[in-house]
Amino acid sequence: MPHLLEIRDLHKSFGQTEVLKGVDCAMEQGDVVCVIGSSGSGKTTMLRCINMLEDFEGGTIAIDGQQIGYETQRSQRKRRREREIARQRALTGMVFQQFNLFPHMTALANITLGLIKVKKMRREEANATAERWLDRVGLLERKGRFPGQLSGGQQQRVAIARAIAMNPKLMLFDEVTSALDPELVNEVLQVIKDLARDGMTMLLVTHEMRFAYEVSKRVIFMNEGRIGEEGDPKQMFLKPKTERLAEFLKSSSFH
Amino acid sequence: MDLAQFFDILWSVRWPILSGIGVTALVSALAIIAGSFVGVFVGLALTYGVLPLRWLARVYTDFIRGTPVLVLVLASFYILGTIGLQLSAFQAGVLALAVFCSSHVGEIVRGALQAIPRGQTEAAKAIGLTFSQTFSYVLMPQAGRQIAPAWVNTAAEIVKASTLLSIIGVAELLLATQEVIARTFMSLPFYFHAGFLYFCINFSIERLGKYVEKKLAIPQS
Amino acid sequence: MGYTLNFAAVWRDIDLLFMGLGLSLVLAAASIAIGCLIGLATAFVLISKQRAGRSLAAGYVTAIRNTPILVLILFTYFALPQLGLRLGKIESFVFTLSIYAGAYLAEVFRGALLSVPKGLREAGLAIGLSEWQIKSSIIIPVMLRNVLPSLSSTFISLFKDTSLAAAIAVPELTFYARKINNESFRVIETWLIASLFYVVTCTILAMLLRVVEKRMAIPR
Repeated sequence: MPHLLEIRDLHKSFGQTEVLKGVDCAMEQGDVVCVIGSSGSGKTTMLRCINMLEDFEGGTIAIDGQQIGYETQRSQRKRRREREIARQRALTGMVFQQFNLFPHMTALANITLGLIKVKKMRREEANATAERWLDRVGLLERKGRFPGQLSGGQQQRVAIARAIAMNPKLMLFDEVTSALDPELVNEVLQVIKDLARDGMTMLLVTHEMRFAYEVSKRVIFMNEGRIGEEGDPKQMFLKPKTERLAEFLKSSSFH
Repeated sequence: MDLAQFFDILWSVRWPILSGIGVTALVSALAIIAGSFVGVFVGLALTYGVLPLRWLARVYTDFIRGTPVLVLVLASFYILGTIGLQLSAFQAGVLALAVFCSSHVGEIVRGALQAIPRGQTEAAKAIGLTFSQTFSYVLMPQAGRQIAPAWVNTAAEIVKASTLLSIIGVAELLLATQEVIARTFMSLPFYFHAGFLYFCINFSIERLGKYVEKKLAIPQS
Repeated sequence: MGYTLNFAAVWRDIDLLFMGLGLSLVLAAASIAIGCLIGLATAFVLISKQRAGRSLAAGYVTAIRNTPILVLILFTYFALPQLGLRLGKIESFVFTLSIYAGAYLAEVFRGALLSVPKGLREAGLAIGLSEWQIKSSIIIPVMLRNVLPSLSSTFISLFKDTSLAAAIAVPELTFYARKINNESFRVIETWLIASLFYVVTCTILAMLLRVVEKRMAIPR
């Protein structure tokens, strides 16, 4: 039985700077893993490699045993065709820091776009699915609104519904509360907590330490392109093993 | 069509073509000078004019800008003669282009003056400047930076519009070219040649505009 | 002086002016439609990584923008047949005006494409859309809504440029105005009415297009 997500020796550079210097990590069905670390530690880049928003030069990423983005032919590493990569991207759902809702579409149409174009659902079926998820994030009555007519928190909840409606095996969250006003953070975190309780497999990059502490089964601390420390959140936060993590925890407010 | 043959013929018709270029330059220059002069006043009337004057300036610019230049040229050519002003095609054409130019310059001046924040006028008043002092020391130097490049673009527009005078029989570059074509039947190379000359003129003007814009920019950071 | 206004002659032929106006609008509409396609394709080349394509597209835009439209019209109609491309008057004019519009719109679209947030493309990728689907259902619709005001003003100036079709005897508004002028000698009346036709049409178009802009604008 393969891992749901397995990252092996992941290497990624931007020009001369090596951002990921060999990351190994595995997740099982139903895992909720938070990735923490200072900015520039490579945590967002790792997330973006998982759905090929970034190409990577070394290592492998596999979801359910399926190698993402590249294939090996006669010991030659080859980038897959765009069409295949697009199909593989649908295995994961991604929620962005800046929401990235399509501004010219209603909340409902934002969700149905992928269902119709990628999942080839009929419109009625897509609408029903989208409405079910809008209801789950508490925004059913706003389905006809455009992103510009919603608050930041509401936009982010629609973005979560858009990603999860595609029925992905793994949800990726990239600092989804960083762009929000403080009073809007909780409504979004609450939605994520509910999803965690329902057994959704999730990988979250976050700097909400209390949230990471409460919601995750496992925490990964990224440091300078490598995994600095990982384990149970209670142990890590209360008794960090490395100097670096201790420093990082001290500098980030635990509120 | 071989190229040497074309250049031979081009050489034999150099004088009409050169004279066409001269007329194009003269027509454009006269229209730009007269049009800009009037245009500045139109712009001032649009921005600071008392109500009936401002209204008049608005109707003038909207009417001119809503009419195709060719219609202006034809109207000027046909109408002025009818009401007893005996103008040559050249004069009627320059007049039409100048009117066209003035409406554009008027809008450019208005746009630039209105883009200056209100606080500038208030600050000038607060230190005791009169309106004319405010205008010449505070507003115009700022508006000028926006006006200059747009004005250069208008100049290029006028050069392009000057081709329309060929229709009323002014022997500028396009009509000169057409007369050459009528004699030689070489429409392809000569139209191309004319297009290329216009391109060179306008491209230089455009470059000049970019240069002026850079040169005048208020230093930031 | 001694000129008394008499609109009877123009009034008698007013239907000609309306026919001409109709054709002018059709010419402008056809040209902006084709021009949009040319402009869009050119804009994508302008922002692509392909060096040769990029300089070719930039060359096209610069050449067209700096050449008088009348020269382009005459070139297409009188000179291109020598290369074996023989088009009817109307086709030839629409062809020229489309290429002309395409050059101006390419610049407009290029800027607008660059200002579509990068995140929208990534969000499209993340739900598994192909590049083509992202362009057609996200990037282009968002970009077009942002450039509607420029599209409106381009359409209005193309409408005015259709007067140049008179130079190759396409029976549009200016062509008929000239005809009425030459037949009736009611010079002032003819040109006054003709320019009123243009001015009023431009004003109505501007108002209508503003309504369309409001309707199509992305709600905020």
